[in-house]
Amino acid sequence: MATQHSRSAARLMMAPAVVLLLGWMLVPLTMTLFFSFKKYLPLRGDSLERGLDWVGFANYVRFIGSSSFWPSVQATLIIVGGVLVITVVLGVLLAILLDQPFWGQGIVRILVIAPFFVMPTVSALVWKNMFMDPVNGILAHLWRFFGAEPVSWLSDASVQSIIMIVSWQWLPFATLILLTAVQSLDSEQLEAAEMDGASPLMRFWHIILPHLSRAITIVILIQTIFLLSIFAEIFVTTGGSFGTRTLTYLIFQRVVDSQNIGLGSAGGVYAIILANIVAIFLMRIVGKNLDR
Amino acid sequence: MARAVTTRRKVITTAAAWAIGLLIFFPIYWTILTSFKTEAQAINDPPLFFAFNWTLENYAIVQERSDYMRFLWNSVILAGGSTVLGILVAVPAAWSMAFVPSKRTKDILLWMLSTKMLPAVGVLYPISLLFVQFNLLDTRIGLVMVLMLINLPIIVWMLYTYFKEIPGEILEAARMDGATLKEEILYILTPMAVPGIASTILLNFILAWNEAFWTLNLTAAQSAPLTAFIASYSSPEGLFFAKLSAASTMAIAPILILGWFSQKQLVRGLTFGAVK
Amino acid sequence: MGQITLNQVTKSFGDVEVITPLDLTIEDGEFAVFVGPSGCGKSTLLRLIAGLEDVTSGAINIDGKNATNVPPAKRGLAMVFQSYALYPHMSVRKNIAFPLRMAGLDKAEQNRRVEQAAAVLNLTDYLDRRPGQLSGGQRQRVAIGRAIVREPAAFLFDEPLSNLDAALRVGMRLEISELHKRLNTTMIYVTHDQVEAMTMADKIVVLNAGHIEQVGSPLDLYRAPRNLFVAGFIGSPKMNFIEGAEAEKLGAHTIGIRPEHIAVSESDGPWSGVVGVSEHLGSDTFFHVHDTGLADTIAVRADGEVGFRHGDRIHMTPRADVIHKFDAQGMRLP
Repeated sequence: MATQHSRSAARLMMAPAVVLLLGWMLVPLTMTLFFSFKKYLPLRGDSLERGLDWVGFANYVRFIGSSSFWPSVQATLIIVGGVLVITVVLGVLLAILLDQPFWGQGIVRILVIAPFFVMPTVSALVWKNMFMDPVNGILAHLWRFFGAEPVSWLSDASVQSIIMIVSWQWLPFATLILLTAVQSLDSEQLEAAEMDGASPLMRFWHIILPHLSRAITIVILIQTIFLLSIFAEIFVTTGGSFGTRTLTYLIFQRVVDSQNIGLGSAGGVYAIILANIVAIFLMRIVGKNLDR
Repeated sequence: MARAVTTRRKVITTAAAWAIGLLIFFPIYWTILTSFKTEAQAINDPPLFFAFNWTLENYAIVQERSDYMRFLWNSVILAGGSTVLGILVAVPAAWSMAFVPSKRTKDILLWMLSTKMLPAVGVLYPISLLFVQFNLLDTRIGLVMVLMLINLPIIVWMLYTYFKEIPGEILEAARMDGATLKEEILYILTPMAVPGIASTILLNFILAWNEAFWTLNLTAAQSAPLTAFIASYSSPEGLFFAKLSAASTMAIAPILILGWFSQKQLVRGLTFGAVK
Repeated sequence: MGQITLNQVTKSFGDVEVITPLDLTIEDGEFAVFVGPSGCGKSTLLRLIAGLEDVTSGAINIDGKNATNVPPAKRGLAMVFQSYALYPHMSVRKNIAFPLRMAGLDKAEQNRRVEQAAAVLNLTDYLDRRPGQLSGGQRQRVAIGRAIVREPAAFLFDEPLSNLDAALRVGMRLEISELHKRLNTTMIYVTHDQVEAMTMADKIVVLNAGHIEQVGSPLDLYRAPRNLFVAGFIGSPKMNFIEGAEAEKLGAHTIGIRPEHIAVSESDGPWSGVVGVSEHLGSDTFFHVHDTGLADTIAVRADGEVGFRHGDRIHMTPRADVIHKFDAQGMRLP
C-alpha cells in the first residue's frame, strides 16, 4: 500500500491536522512558560508593552509554598479518586446487571446513559438547587420525611457532594464501556467454569473481573483526564469554597480573580506536568492496543 | 448468553434494573417535571409528582428574559461549525494514518491525543491574550476554532479506528481500477465509512455542545452558547426552581435526544476502539 | 499485448530484503504461477508488478516500456484480490462498471461491456444485488468481471481461491483456466498451493525467501527439480529424501524418490519396513512406512486398493530411472 506517491500524498493530507495541533499546543504553552518566569500583575500596572520583570522560579516557589496549594492537590486527588472508585465499582455491578436478560433492556439502557448527555453546568445547577438545597431541595424533603435534620450539602459535606454530582455524570460512561466489555465475554468460558464447579462469586472473581480489567483501566484513565480538569461543576456550585478548590480551580482563581498571571502560569505548568504523568500511563495502555 | 433463564430470575433482574435505571434518570425526570409546575408547586413539601397544574409559563418567561433562541443558535453554530471543520481536517489525516502507516504514525496519533490532556486552565491566559490580540473575544469564529482544536484529536482517533476496519485491499482495488486519490476517498472510502463518520460527528457535536470551560471563559454576550445561558441561572434566579428547570430542560433537550439516538455508535468511538 | 519483464528487481522493507535481485520474463499470453511457502515474497512480487509497492531497485517493463515509476492505474493491469475487494456499497453492476467509470467511458459503453462480462461469467441474474448477498464463488466472479471489463494487458491474481471451500475451488480453477484459454491474455497467479500451480500454469515460478528457485513448465519441475527445495515443494505427497549409504551407492549426498515411483509387495524388494498409517482413497492408497533404516518414514503411493494394514511388514522397490540425485549443497546432479 505504500508507494512513494501514496506516502507523499499521505504526508500532505496529514499536514493540516498536525500543523493546527502543533500550533494549538506550542504557542500557548510557550507563552505560559514565559509568563511563569515573570512578575505579571496587570491590575498593578504590569503590561507586556512596558516589559515584564524576570523573577526566575519565584512564582513556582510561591505557588507551591502558598497555603492553598497542598489543600488543592488534596482536594483534587480526593475528588478524582472518589469519583473513580464510585463509578468503577458501580459501573461493574451495573454492567453485569444490565447484561442479564430482562424486559425493557433498551429503555433501561437509555435511562442509565442519559446523564452523560447533560451539560456539566446544568447538572451542577440542578443538583445544587433542586436536590441539595437545604430548605427546598428534594433531599431536604426526604430527610424531613424521615424526621431528620436536612443537611447543608454544599457547605457541610461539600467534597462528598461534588463527588456525588460528578459520579452521577460519569457513571453512564463507565457503565457503557464496561457493559460492552462484559458482552464480549465468551459465554462458553463461563459455562466451562460452571461445569468445573465454580460458584457465581468465584466466576465473577476469576473470569469476569480479569476479563474486564482492560476496560476498567481504560475507564480509569480516560476519566482521570477529564476529571483532573473539572471546572463547571465547582464554578457553579461552591465556587471553590468549603474545601473544594481543586488545582484547576486554584489556578483559575489566580489568573482570573486575582489577576496574577505569573503565579497562575506557574500553577499551570504544575498542572501540565501532573496531567502528563497521567497521560504517559494512558499512552502506554492505548499504545499497546494499537499494536494488536 | 444463549441460556434459558428462569422467569423468576428474569422478574427479579427486571425489577432491579428498572429501579436503578429510574433512580439514575430521576434528576433529569424531576427537572423536566418541575419545569411544568408553578414556582409554589415546585418547592411544595411533600414534592408533587403528578397532581399539579401543568403550565408552560416558565418556558415563556425564560425565553422572554434570556433570549433562549440566541443561545441555542450559538450552541448549534459552535457545535456544528467546530464538528464540520474538524471532520474536514481529520478525514484526510485519518486516511493517511489508517492506510499509509509509517513508523511514526503511532507516535503522531499518541501525540495528538496527548494534546487533549493539556489542562485548559494552564493555557487560559495565553489564549485569552491571543483572542484579544486578534479580536476574537466573544466571536463565534474564535470559539469554533478552539472547540475544533480541542476535539480534533478525538475526531482523528475515531475516524482512524473506523477507517482501520476497512480492508486496504478495497482501496487498492480502486487504485488498480484507475481511481485517483480524490476519487478513492470520495467514491470508496467515505461511503463505506458512513456509519463511523456519522457517529464521530454525533459524539463531537455532543462534546462541543457541553463544553463548559472555554465557552464560559471566552464569551460574553454575543457568542455565548447554552452553557453560558444556564450558568447565568446559578444565582439568584436558581432559587426559582420552575424557571431553572425550564431553562435546564431547554438546554439539554436537543442533545439528550440526539445522544439517545446515537448511543450505540458512540460506545466504540468513546473507547478509541480499545474495547470491542 | 502483455509481456512483463523484471530486471534486477529488489524490494526491502526497512532493513529486511524481501526480494533479492531477481530477473524474470513473462511472455505475452502466458499463464504464469508464482508459488512458494508463505513469506517467500510471492505476493510482494505481484504487488511490485501491480505498482502497489515501489521497487527498491531494478526495473519493471511492460510490453518493452519501462513501467517502474508508473502509478498502478496507468499500467494497464487488472488485479483480483484474495479478499475479492468488492465495493460493498455498490451493486454488482456498479462494481464491474467502476473501472470503466474511472476511465470516463460513456454510460452506454459501460453498460454494454458490463452486460458482456456478466454473460461470460454467469452473473447476469445478479447484476442488481450487493456483494454481501452473493456466495463466495459469485463474489469471486464479480472480482474477475471487474478485471476483464478493462481489457487489461495482464491479469494479476493474488491467491484468489484461498477463501473458497474445497469443492468450489476446483470449479473456479477450471473457470479461470477456461478464461485464460478464451482471452489469451497474460495472467500472473500467486498461490501457495502447488496443486493449483501444477494444474493451471504454463510456467511455474518457484519462490523461496525472496529469490527464484526454479522457473519452468509444471512437468519440467516435476521431472527435473533443480534442487531439494523444488523437489520437496512440487508433487503431492512429498518426495522422499534418503541420505547416507543408500545415497552414496548412487554417488549422491541425497537421493529423492516420489511416493508414486515406489512399488510395494509382500516379499520382494530391496527396501523393507513396517506400515504405519495407511490412507485408503479408493483410487490410490498411501502408506507411511516406518523402520526402513533409510529415513524416518517413507511415503508410498500405490494405485487402487492395496490391502496392507497397520503393522504389516512390506517390501518396496524404487523405480531406478526416476531417482533424483542431489549433492551436499542440495543441487541436482545429472
